[in-house]
Amino acid sequence: MKLGPVVKRLHEAELDLAGDFRRIGERHAADHDVYHQTRTFATQCERHAERLRRIAERYGSDVPAEGDREGLWDSVLETVRRRSSALLGPRPESGLLLLRDLRVLYLAAQETLITWVIVDQGAQAGRDTELLEVVKGCHPETELQMKWALMHIKVTAPQALSS
Amino acid sequence: MTDYGCRALAAVDRIANPWGARTPHAAGADWPVRVDEHTEREPERWVQSACVLCSNGCALDIGVAGGRIVGVRGREVDRVNHGRLGPKGLYGWQANNSPDRLTRPLVRRDGNLEETDWDTAMAAVVERARKLLDEKGSSAFGFYISGQLFLEDYYTLAVLARGGIGTNHLDGNTRLCTATAAASLKESFGCDGQPASFADVDHCDTLLHVGINIAETQTVTWSRMLDRLHGADRPRLVVIDPRSTPAAREADVHLAVRNGTNVAVLNALLRELIANGWVDQKWVDAHTVGFDALAKTVDGYTPEHAAEICGTAPDDIRAAAEILGTGERLLSVVLQGVYQSNQATAAACQVNNLNLLRGMIGKPGCGVLQMNGQPTAQNTRETGCNGDLPGFRNWQNPRHVAELAELWNVDPLAIPHYGPPTHAMQIFRYAEQGSISFLWIVATNPAVSLPELDRIRSILGQERLFLVVSDAFMTETAEFADVVFPAAIWGEKTGTFTNADRTVHLSEQAVEPPGEARPDREILLDFADGLGLQDRDGAPLLKWRTPEEVFEAWKQCSRGRPCDYTGITYEKLRGGSGIQWGGERLYEDAVFPTLPEECEDYGHELTTGVTLSAAEFKALDPAGRAILKSAPYVLPAEAPREDYPFLLNTGRSVYHFHTRTKTGRAPELVEAAPEVWVELSADEAGRLGLAEGDIAAVESPRGRIEAPVRITAIREGVVFVPFHYGYWDRDGGNDKDRAANELTITVWDPVSKQPIYKTAAVRVGPA
Repeated sequence: MKLGPVVKRLHEAELDLAGDFRRIGERHAADHDVYHQTRTFATQCERHAERLRRIAERYGSDVPAEGDREGLWDSVLETVRRRSSALLGPRPESGLLLLRDLRVLYLAAQETLITWVIVDQGAQAGRDTELLEVVKGCHPETELQMKWALMHIKVTAPQALSS
Repeated sequence: MTDYGCRALAAVDRIANPWGARTPHAAGADWPVRVDEHTEREPERWVQSACVLCSNGCALDIGVAGGRIVGVRGREVDRVNHGRLGPKGLYGWQANNSPDRLTRPLVRRDGNLEETDWDTAMAAVVERARKLLDEKGSSAFGFYISGQLFLEDYYTLAVLARGGIGTNHLDGNTRLCTATAAASLKESFGCDGQPASFADVDHCDTLLHVGINIAETQTVTWSRMLDRLHGADRPRLVVIDPRSTPAAREADVHLAVRNGTNVAVLNALLRELIANGWVDQKWVDAHTVGFDALAKTVDGYTPEHAAEICGTAPDDIRAAAEILGTGERLLSVVLQGVYQSNQATAAACQVNNLNLLRGMIGKPGCGVLQMNGQPTAQNTRETGCNGDLPGFRNWQNPRHVAELAELWNVDPLAIPHYGPPTHAMQIFRYAEQGSISFLWIVATNPAVSLPELDRIRSILGQERLFLVVSDAFMTETAEFADVVFPAAIWGEKTGTFTNADRTVHLSEQAVEPPGEARPDREILLDFADGLGLQDRDGAPLLKWRTPEEVFEAWKQCSRGRPCDYTGITYEKLRGGSGIQWGGERLYEDAVFPTLPEECEDYGHELTTGVTLSAAEFKALDPAGRAILKSAPYVLPAEAPREDYPFLLNTGRSVYHFHTRTKTGRAPELVEAAPEVWVELSADEAGRLGLAEGDIAAVESPRGRIEAPVRITAIREGVVFVPFHYGYWDRDGGNDKDRAANELTITVWDPVSKQPIYKTAAVRVGPA
């Protein structure tokens, strides 16, 4: 059964994406809509990961629980990033940096999304109804995350590039 | 003198009873006339106008004597108010005569604002604008305007900014009051436009109020409702509001939900309609799309589940649903408790959905009033000053952009449409970031009205930002300006405006503006002349001068769109009642403007604000049917926690409007509500050791204010502070400890981009 490792990979992708959303959101805390929405998305990704973790375990893959990845270092980093966001906020370059970071988010969400597609196909072939249920719940949310990043890229680019 | 004495007595009475005496009427009967009047002396003549101190737009005549405004009188012939006026309308006109009106332009020299002449001031603005256009281009320009101007001012600015300068950054303070109304109408019906009419109050048998303290915000329409509630065949009333408002006290069922949980309670009501078979399924199948998705979304919201989220009783939700589900003519009314709260657009859409599921729209007594806050907010939306293209046109539709380009005789590429028109919160972010370096603020006061004032002041105070302010008074915002233009206001210029039920009124010039003050339309035309803005053939871009000429130009812009003004003229507006565009109520044929070529917007996903593309909209295939948009409940951005355990609710007083720029200069209104306050429940106050009148400190992570305590029947865990009070009239001291928006959080609805003023976490204690 090769589905297990793919589920495990998707689990990792979701946790990485959650990290991306948090890191980038904090850096752009002066862009308040980006900050709040990325926090929501990060939580969403972590929820996805948690659901996948249980499935991956069923397939025999050993996956660490979400809490294991958080540490003191992260919260120190968060403080540093928020400080730098306060400094960056009033700078004109913040638009270009936001554009670059949104691009990172878009690509990361897209990569996660395509993994969901692969898992979906595998789950259908393997008649794994529990996994199909998870896909049904999570896949559209990842798609929205990607579309959100794309929309913000479209809104951010004209001002960042012309100012 | 005797006469004056009598009127003063009447004045006191109308402060004590803002709604006046009852004139009850039964369903289908005409609302009786009652003419309200307040004058300081006998007028020599009366000049036709309408009130600009809330979105109701009550028609009135301005009394003039000795070249001054001396009073007002409601117009009995008008469909909106049948002669009535509320306290703000009766007394607010005195601001026009205030001795502290701005009468000369001001220019900042060596850090101080100094009086100068018009040519000097305008030259300073034109010179800076010209330099910026050459060096940085149109994206360096932002315009942040009002919901207080006239249609003729707005359309002038829309063409100037969108077609002339070519900036996408034009928005109104209507973003704070009415953006969600527009957004929800676009999501549900494909286009902006108030479905119902105030006259539906006369016909309904069921009233639903969601997040609207109408007794204080639109006193005259509340009088109309009270006259029904106290008349024969009283309609049943359901009120959803965390506060015990006058309407809540009249209600059959009052759901005092926790702020920010509207979607949860509305989803539960929708679920009850479906579960109990109260859906007009035949109508829904014929005239809507999206029923299955809606039913699926609301399925989990049992009364018990919603009650837990909202902090209310499940049986009260059931009782409310039964009233909504068994009435025959449902009129739903919505305002800031939805628009400025968590999930604003999603919640407003669920109210639309309640009426759609009941098939109750476009018929007498049946419909939705997605209310506006400000008197002329509707015109910012129509003319393209509130984050839309003029004439309810769709920025994603190339055909719509081409129509404007043809009308204005400019290149379609000169009209920015590469993204949604920039909303106010983003305009201020661009100014903070430095990518907008020219900001013109017209007739509004963001230094008191926007959230998180410390941030706003730091943005407005930047050296690198060139700030132009047009206003009638030296507001908290004007203090930051590089150039201040003195503006003529209502009563001092002619123009039209449209109220929350699409009624267009003409407001004639009654008196001369004070000193050198001028109408905004003229100031903007001067600016366009100075910049030499031209069309494609080298002719002036703005081809009009007089108000009526702008109105005629606007009519051409509106032609064929849902807000078609071509049947209205200044002449028709003179003498009789105001005239509604679109007729008494929209959608009488149950056909909605959701054809892809017609709609104003392709819509959004409601939790993230992701815009739908033309292809996605076409896949929905609404084709003239309404769209049942739904969303699950989502937590607000900031929740109460140990160190900030209360939810802050901000709002309005019946005696004041916006930041009191006008109402704070009317003695009766000042006396009625002179100072900010904080509302607490008796239990909470007791726990905090606070008694009525004690000074409390209210703190959020962003600021701290002090205010005397009022003990009310507000729900537990919630405190209320009115947002009207700033600093211009405070005696001494520079402490920024009075404005509610010191406390609020910078966050906005993902769809309507309306700031969320009603869900900040605060702590309260003795000062």
